[in-house]
Amino acid sequence: METLELKNLYDDFRDGETIKAYAKIIAEDAAELERPINIMEVCGGHTHTIMKFGLPQLMPENINFIHGPGCPVCIMPKERIDHAYVLAMQPDVILVTLGDMIKVPGSNGSLQDARSKGADVRFVYSPMECLKIAEENPDKTVIFFAIGFETTTPMTAVLLDQVIKQKVPNILFHINHVTVPEVMKELIDSRDIHVDSYNNKIDAFLGPSHVSVISGAKIYEAFPRDYGRPVVVSGFEPVDVMEGISMIVKQFVEKRCELEVQYKRVVTYEGNLNSQKLMNTYFDKVSLFRWRGLGNVPDSGLKLKEAFADYDAEVVYKDVLPIAEIEDHKLCICGDILRGMAKPPECTIFGTACKPTTPIGSCMVSSEGACAAYYKYGNLI
Amino acid sequence: MTKNITIAHGNGGEENNELIKNIFYKHFENEILSKSEDAAIIHNGELAFTTDSFTVSPLFFPGGDIGKLAVCGTCNDLAMMGAKPKYLTCSVIIEEGFSSRELEKIVRSMKKELEINGAMVVSGDTKVVPKGSVDKLFINTTGIGEIEHKGISAHNLKEGMSILVSRDVGAHGATIFAAREGIELESSLETDCASLYPQVKALMDAGIDIIALRDATRGGVSAVLNEWAKASDVCIEIKEEKIPVQEQVKGICEMLGFEAVDLANEGTFVLAVSKGDEENALEVLHQTHETATIIGSVSDQHKGKVILNSSWGTKRFLDLPTGELLPRIC
Repeated sequence: METLELKNLYDDFRDGETIKAYAKIIAEDAAELERPINIMEVCGGHTHTIMKFGLPQLMPENINFIHGPGCPVCIMPKERIDHAYVLAMQPDVILVTLGDMIKVPGSNGSLQDARSKGADVRFVYSPMECLKIAEENPDKTVIFFAIGFETTTPMTAVLLDQVIKQKVPNILFHINHVTVPEVMKELIDSRDIHVDSYNNKIDAFLGPSHVSVISGAKIYEAFPRDYGRPVVVSGFEPVDVMEGISMIVKQFVEKRCELEVQYKRVVTYEGNLNSQKLMNTYFDKVSLFRWRGLGNVPDSGLKLKEAFADYDAEVVYKDVLPIAEIEDHKLCICGDILRGMAKPPECTIFGTACKPTTPIGSCMVSSEGACAAYYKYGNLI
Repeated sequence: MTKNITIAHGNGGEENNELIKNIFYKHFENEILSKSEDAAIIHNGELAFTTDSFTVSPLFFPGGDIGKLAVCGTCNDLAMMGAKPKYLTCSVIIEEGFSSRELEKIVRSMKKELEINGAMVVSGDTKVVPKGSVDKLFINTTGIGEIEHKGISAHNLKEGMSILVSRDVGAHGATIFAAREGIELESSLETDCASLYPQVKALMDAGIDIIALRDATRGGVSAVLNEWAKASDVCIEIKEEKIPVQEQVKGICEMLGFEAVDLANEGTFVLAVSKGDEENALEVLHQTHETATIIGSVSDQHKGKVILNSSWGTKRFLDLPTGELLPRIC
């Protein structure tokens, strides 16, 4: 390949005329609605697109976006970040993770702070880069702090697969992978007695397409069937999102409640079976994973299977890792924001004590968090 | 201020401004420094004076190297104040074990760029430090230039003026990301690194009344526009689709979650002129780069802010970049 040719992958999906045409269709259809509808985009990537391209400005008054918990960086509880910090500060350790994770503050600081104190913290574009780092540093232990939803989990599984096959002696894993459908269920069916999630405002979900590229559209079939919430699996470009919203509005107008796929150019019902098989080989569900802002969510996290405990940094370094859970800041309402019950500007510390450079709540820590997106793009109108 | 300095404090954006304001300006404050222009105007407005250090990794990259950067960077800061670069100092800090052949290659590249500017190195310094103390080679250059067009300033923007960019944006930042170890992309992309004095001279020779001029280095075009909007207490409105970005730069931005307007440039400048001068200025800029464009204008809608207008009728603020530029996760 001579040059990068991604032009065709996004140019048409950002076409101003197409976006305006969808805005018109949505407005016409929405005029027939009996009541306003709240659409939750589960994924932070969608939140980012919606805010960056100003899509709320194109919506009629009775179509409302609410923002979901799908940002892997935002939902990481402080105690897990503290794990990363402690591991990074261990002698002869190179802590490797993905981009934005470096900025998230734990109780001692962020990985960026650990790095400024001398820790060897690196970010990679692909977990496979850990193999090269491990080879170049045979006297060090490379710990891959694995984060993300179904989108990044297969990459961690492939890395572990290679570590085992190539008998690489110095790579360990700290697993923080989480799953989308379980947290969506939590939002409408919470088992936490302190949270009245039956008061949630979610009428429909915009499902993230990249998750379904791996796991298939099938992972959302329970939502229209058991919860009465339509789901449209949608791509991330503005035209994709506008079409996805239009499909949801049409379902309400036509009194349907279905699982539909807008992103048909890549997503299938079954997903990528090879990736799913690889993930099942190495990971088990954890019975409870604590989400920053949301608390414990059943079956929503992954861990390494016991057979691979030798590769598990949580096992190898268990004596130095803190175990106490750390509560969120008292004034922070990220839990309500992640549940779709409040919007960022309703928080008393939004944009004052809590800003992207000094984040207090989970939704401000990564560029994909709802608060960060509102702070960066949303304060104009 | 955070307790320790992090990489984010050198990003050319919000944290960088905080560091400069809270530590350096606090103690060094004086009338000349506080103008925060690209170069200080000294000696009764006759001379421009500036300094810059270069720590780029890798040292050699498509379209340039640290030596070319070190001359372009300082000479461009002078040119941005309407000054002709004249005299430079060159100070190098070299890591023990560095190849003398590579050093000579870098210095040759500096010489070539000095000739383009008609400037010379008149003083210098060399330090060699133990292995691990610096990353291969750091270069500092300081420059003095003769002012040929007085009154260029970030504080002079007024409603109705036009904003132009001299070429497509983000090429240097994208090239460096692509060239860094770990991102294996096949791309013909090259840095935009170039000396800007010839273009500035062409603008002056054409009789353009240059209001403000700034090369969009760290922090990119968004940092320049935000600084201007604040310094002049005006609103700068940009038409998003007018911002010229090469396809390859767009590709890298898409993959990594960056915005081209946040990426560093080393041979691209933003220009403010009166409405009446915009077509002439564009014609002059087109002689060097066909991609030069009028991207927006100055208004009074939201003072101190930059607004991006989309082709589908929505608008949003363009903020200063914050934090270390890191790729998005998903």
